Amino acid sequence: MRFGVVRFPGSCDEVDALLACRRFADAELLWHGDCELHGVDAVVIPGGFSYGDYLRVGAIARFSPVMDAVKRHARAGGHVLGICNGFQVLCEAGLLPGALLPNARLRFLCRQVEVEVIDAETRFTRACEAGDVLSIPVKHMSGRYYAPEEALRDMQAHGQIILRYRAGGNPNGSVADIAGVANKGKNVMGLMPHPEHAVDPLTGSTDGGRLFESLAMHAEKLAPA
Amino acid sequence: MTGEERSAIVAGGAQADRRSAEHRTERSRASTGARLSTDTTVAAHQALGLTDAEFELIQEKLGREPNPLELAVFSLMWSEHCAYKHSKKLLARLPTEGPHLLMGPGENAGAVRVGDGLAIAFKVESHNHPSAVEPFQGAATGVGGILRDVFAVGARPIAILDSLRFGELSSGRSRYLLDGAVAGIGHYGNSIGVPTVGGEVYFEGPYEQNCLVNAMCLGIAREERLIRSAAAGVGNLLVLMGARTGRDGIGGASVLASAELDSEDASKRPTVQIGDPFEEKRLLECCLELLERGTLAALQDLGAAGLSSSSSEMASKGEVGLDIDVARVPLREDGMEPFEVMVSESQERMLCVIEPERLAELEEVCERWEVRATVIGEVTETRRLRVLDGEAVVGDMPVEALVDECPLYDLEPVEPEAQIYPAPPQVLHSDDPREALLALLASHNLASRRPLFEHYDCLVGSRTVRRPQEADAAVLQLAPDGAPGAIAVSIDGNGRRVACDPYTGTVEAVLECAANLACVGAEPLGLTNCLNFGNPERPEIAWQLVRSVEGMSDALEALGVPVVGGNVSLYNQSVDGPIYPTPVVGMVGSLPDAAVAPGTGFAEAGHAIALLATAGAEASRAGSELAKLHGSELPRRLPELDVEAVGATIAAVREAARAGGLASAHDVAEGGLAVALAECCLAGGLGASVELDDDDLDALFGEGPGRFVVSGPEAAIGALGERAVRIGAVGGEVLRVCEHEWPLAELRGASAALAEAFL
Repeated sequence: MRFGVVRFPGSCDEVDALLACRRFADAELLWHGDCELHGVDAVVIPGGFSYGDYLRVGAIARFSPVMDAVKRHARAGGHVLGICNGFQVLCEAGLLPGALLPNARLRFLCRQVEVEVIDAETRFTRACEAGDVLSIPVKHMSGRYYAPEEALRDMQAHGQIILRYRAGGNPNGSVADIAGVANKGKNVMGLMPHPEHAVDPLTGSTDGGRLFESLAMHAEKLAPA
Repeated sequence: MTGEERSAIVAGGAQADRRSAEHRTERSRASTGARLSTDTTVAAHQALGLTDAEFELIQEKLGREPNPLELAVFSLMWSEHCAYKHSKKLLARLPTEGPHLLMGPGENAGAVRVGDGLAIAFKVESHNHPSAVEPFQGAATGVGGILRDVFAVGARPIAILDSLRFGELSSGRSRYLLDGAVAGIGHYGNSIGVPTVGGEVYFEGPYEQNCLVNAMCLGIAREERLIRSAAAGVGNLLVLMGARTGRDGIGGASVLASAELDSEDASKRPTVQIGDPFEEKRLLECCLELLERGTLAALQDLGAAGLSSSSSEMASKGEVGLDIDVARVPLREDGMEPFEVMVSESQERMLCVIEPERLAELEEVCERWEVRATVIGEVTETRRLRVLDGEAVVGDMPVEALVDECPLYDLEPVEPEAQIYPAPPQVLHSDDPREALLALLASHNLASRRPLFEHYDCLVGSRTVRRPQEADAAVLQLAPDGAPGAIAVSIDGNGRRVACDPYTGTVEAVLECAANLACVGAEPLGLTNCLNFGNPERPEIAWQLVRSVEGMSDALEALGVPVVGGNVSLYNQSVDGPIYPTPVVGMVGSLPDAAVAPGTGFAEAGHAIALLATAGAEASRAGSELAKLHGSELPRRLPELDVEAVGATIAAVREAARAGGLASAHDVAEGGLAVALAECCLAGGLGASVELDDDDLDALFGEGPGRFVVSGPEAAIGALGERAVRIGAVGGEVLRVCEHEWPLAELRGASAALAEAFL
């Protein structure tokens, strides 16, 4: 099992994500200008401020050469995990439904939050149980998840809402307390909280590690005996 | 002053239009004390802030009249901001030697050894005057500038702290400045991916017109990768990297940083630089890769006075000369004059020296990071800074004269006969301890800082072991993958205490910083300082400055901690008077095991609580936060301190924290013992029951260094020996001190007072 973490100009949490992945499997950095993924099994689009958040969050990074390879990988059923700015990029790239708007209070917010696992059957959450509450930090300026009513109903029907902020703890005004969503195929997921900053008891919690662990478990299952 | 105005002065000399000449006459008098003729026109050198004597000296050094470009460059290099002409002699008193020191004052940042071949480079710098004019960009570029100082020495920035001062939040201007500065710090630090792990903020009337924004940065490097800024190798190329050069910030160093602010601040807005953290992020990664490859011979950031100061300082340190062709500098706008190119303070630029044969390698790395790199000159043996505009020589100045030969001035300190600061307005009219504690927790100087800290990413980099407000100092592991070795850092400086007593107040600031480090078990390795004062040409301010530096020097000698570098910000003064004298100190220490570093909060019901005090160091309400709420006059002396004795208490706490038994450790600072206990309760979400011999206002709310509240299992408290007095136990939902009780919810509500500043 090998993770690839994409580095865009302006990425900030790519090394954090790389180290988090390495706790569970092999991992390497992928360069934004590269047209291929070098055979990695799962792609992580990390947090940060790709292209300085200019124009609109995630709007420029989605045109990077590497994103064509990421789209091919996703269409072929490969795993893609977008964290924070990575989530924004995946929405802009059309790999995930909805959009991330500026926080309701229009301020940057860094805070440890609790998110509930809605679906523990996905490749990203199978190390959890449905209903588990994970303590993971958020840190963003534009994390308010939005999708039109109709799209939300459709997502609900297809079980695409994977993580929700606990009631009363929605930090950014996201619709329906949504913290993380998947595509219909459940092989692409994005979330605003930073699981890579919750993998070590020394620096906080270890709850975020279960997402990376889930992906590593899934790959092992697929591997020939 | 706008770039256009300055252009008119330099081009037209004394023929600058009369209205703005009068305006500048005021500033010239304020900033230099020059004797002015009654004539309403003013010579170009005076308009640029140089005295007649300084101008004569420049003519002597050049052997001729300087041309307008040379005069502009000299005026910046000889400004207070660049030449430290009123503080240099004084700063020589500070200790700068220490067993862990790798790089001392004089480089872009100082550095200390932290073990395993690793170095921590760090520095604090002010961006006060720009922030008072435009708080968002002023604070943002303050962060950008201190980051460049740190990666200029080859260290990857891993933490930012900030020290802020504003007027009382009852003022709309102060709320505007606070909001803008916090947003600006967050904007730059968050976007560039460096965590803001700590800081401090105070609100006091004397900062109403002159807010303070000091930013500190720490970076990490392998010892052998630290690089100095001395230009070397005649024939080597001078390469400018990063952003294009525009008209922003022209004259910032002399206009903003070296003169008092007046009512025409809005007209200075064009002299505040505009930051672009995305540009700096690429520049940072590019420079670090070039340093890792060993491509560069020298590296220097462009800060105040832009190309003029960065190039002449590199040349001075390397004892060489430099030729710079301004025609080759990539420009942001057409029609910039050569002098504008030389003095522009456009952000996100670095200057490096490389051997010609490595140019292709540099260009390849720069292209990869999409960073502009342009050869703009070369190293010569002339020891002169020659400025070319294509073929034409437009300036030719001896490097020594620019960098080392600015006249230094002796301060003329006179202790004022009475306290120069007015008593703060009375806001608390009760002596009831119950009410006093709630009022203190709700006061903006003591309320929870969480509403500020939540604007900052404190996590990126995966090194943050103790987040803001979790412990008395920020704790960072050296390796993000959990390898052993950690550092702690704190930044402190209570201006009101220094206003009461410049010597003792400054000693207290240093001790407070060391106490904060001790609470997490860290031993101090080095200190950086930023001396924020009013106009040093006024005798009472000169006295504050001298006494403060004496106090800092004595405290550092006693603790055995060297100064690794710093910054001086003078002229923080308006028509309303000077700021409180505010020496801000940032201290870095090391600790063996971050996992056992105690937090501020009580951790477990049933744990014993003990007070560690220093014999002879009495707590007093004079100059305290409670005295402020009561509207008391500032005293003219604080109780004398036995620095050695306080140092011994600090060392005892450090050893206990390192031993691993303590669950919490918190120093008793502003607001006294009762506030410290309340903070321990709030941080841990647990109540406490405490008995004291005295429960009068002095015992509960008196201030003074050398006291700590610690908690832990009985055995750990017992191990502290006689120095620790057991005063109570952790538990419940109430803080009880003798017969006074406060439910935690009530304390929490009071402490949330700053939230309303960020709605």
